[in-house]
Amino acid sequence: MKSFARRSLRLLAAAIRDLMPITLVITFFQLAVLQQPFPNLERVLIGVVFVALGLMLFVRGLEMGLFPLGEAMADAFAKKGSLIALLAFAFALGFGTTIAEPALIAVTAEAAEAAADEGFIFATEKVMQSYAFQLRITVAVSVGVALVIGVFRILKGWPIQYLIIGGYLLVVALTAVAPPEIVGIAYDSGGVTTSTITVPLVTALGVGLATVIRGRNPAIDGFGLIAFASLTPIIFVLIFGMVMGGF
Amino acid sequence: MELLVDILSALSDTVLDVAPIVAILFVFQTFVLRRRPPNLRRVVIGFVYVVLGLGLFLIGLEEALFPLGKTMAAQLTAPQFIGAGWHGGREWNDYLWIYAFAFAIGFATTIAEPALIAVSLKAKDVSGGAINVLGLRLAVAVGVAVGVALGAFRIVTGTSLPYYIIAGYIVVILQTWRASKVIIPLAYDSGGVTTSTVTVPVITALGLGLASTLPERSPLIDGFGLIAFASVFPIMSVLAYASLTAWIQRLKERAEREKKQ
Repeated sequence: MKSFARRSLRLLAAAIRDLMPITLVITFFQLAVLQQPFPNLERVLIGVVFVALGLMLFVRGLEMGLFPLGEAMADAFAKKGSLIALLAFAFALGFGTTIAEPALIAVTAEAAEAAADEGFIFATEKVMQSYAFQLRITVAVSVGVALVIGVFRILKGWPIQYLIIGGYLLVVALTAVAPPEIVGIAYDSGGVTTSTITVPLVTALGVGLATVIRGRNPAIDGFGLIAFASLTPIIFVLIFGMVMGGF
Repeated sequence: MELLVDILSALSDTVLDVAPIVAILFVFQTFVLRRRPPNLRRVVIGFVYVVLGLGLFLIGLEEALFPLGKTMAAQLTAPQFIGAGWHGGREWNDYLWIYAFAFAIGFATTIAEPALIAVSLKAKDVSGGAINVLGLRLAVAVGVAVGVALGAFRIVTGTSLPYYIIAGYIVVILQTWRASKVIIPLAYDSGGVTTSTVTVPVITALGLGLASTLPERSPLIDGFGLIAFASVFPIMSVLAYASLTAWIQRLKERAEREKKQ
């Protein structure tokens, strides 16, 4: 019990340290550059306390729940020895966590608005909604595919750079032929897919797999799943832009 | 009372976010793996902590940092503020405070990003402490800071997004060629990890604010792209950080060898 309290205090101190820069930046710009007082100061202070407590609980929960679970599942899949089951899990995890991602929902809605604005699709509610939904499915499938490729790479022990650089070259080639209006949305979609809960789980899965498979080094082979998940959405959305034509 | 409602609604949002993940984990555990994960009770408690923690974190951000950050982005990009510059907002150097804000907020939000904390903890575990957690996080934060500042410059000057990103890719490829094998996957991951809960809303507000203030920019076209900058530049800065520490290490070793002789 005592060590639990000490551990929590240490995590709280770390959380406060992590929040220091953002507090300083906002205070500096508010008071020195914009020269305005803080609106609702007590609300802001309560908010900061919540953020610190939340961060502390989150990190504690990672250590107790998400990390061990990701590793245990990697271990169980390796013992089961079914490649299909593992790849199906990787796809489901990528697809399932992305399809409901709030940041992605926001970006695809904006993208639909941009497309309607430029006159590529009809500016009716229904058309825009279906455009946004198709874009969301595209991105979710791309993240599922990313985890499948990433997990397969860990199993085979391929060096990551060839795959990622190959992906970059594909992005460059597609950028040249894709409609320019989709490019900004495509490049951004790579960043919005990886949420705060997915990242630890996927990282633990990768590291877990690289630990149990003989001949793999967790430090070299375990990371990289997130990298695929930020690259494939760009490729898929560029292709989406080309296929949707009209552009 | 109002706060309580906010708390409950943020918690239910987080639960909804986690629901598909829990469902997938549950289905594969029970129907495919067909065995209980070890320490199930502890794992469940951990999940509850994660949901509670993330919920509190988000409420706090919504209460305190997001409104301020977004208002700030709007005020710094407002015509009155920019019009007071030397050229009345017509030249790129009327926007120096915006670049400074972009740099500072990119750095600060990255340090507070929970997903990055998670990955750097794992990196420390796996490397047996050889990877310096704080150094890694600072390197990522500097990368995001430079990326967002440059992204703001791009919106102001209206230059083409693909040129910047493709140039970034070329630098990453050159760096990869020289980098040590251990750091490469981690560096590639850092690009996707940084753009999560804290960073995306604030820099999106900055991009949209900037693009809607500038006369010839369309918010829906030019407002995009800041997240792309924030995902490519950390890869460069982490690779650079790794080369730098390796170089310092070599210098130290050489100095020691010379001392011995």
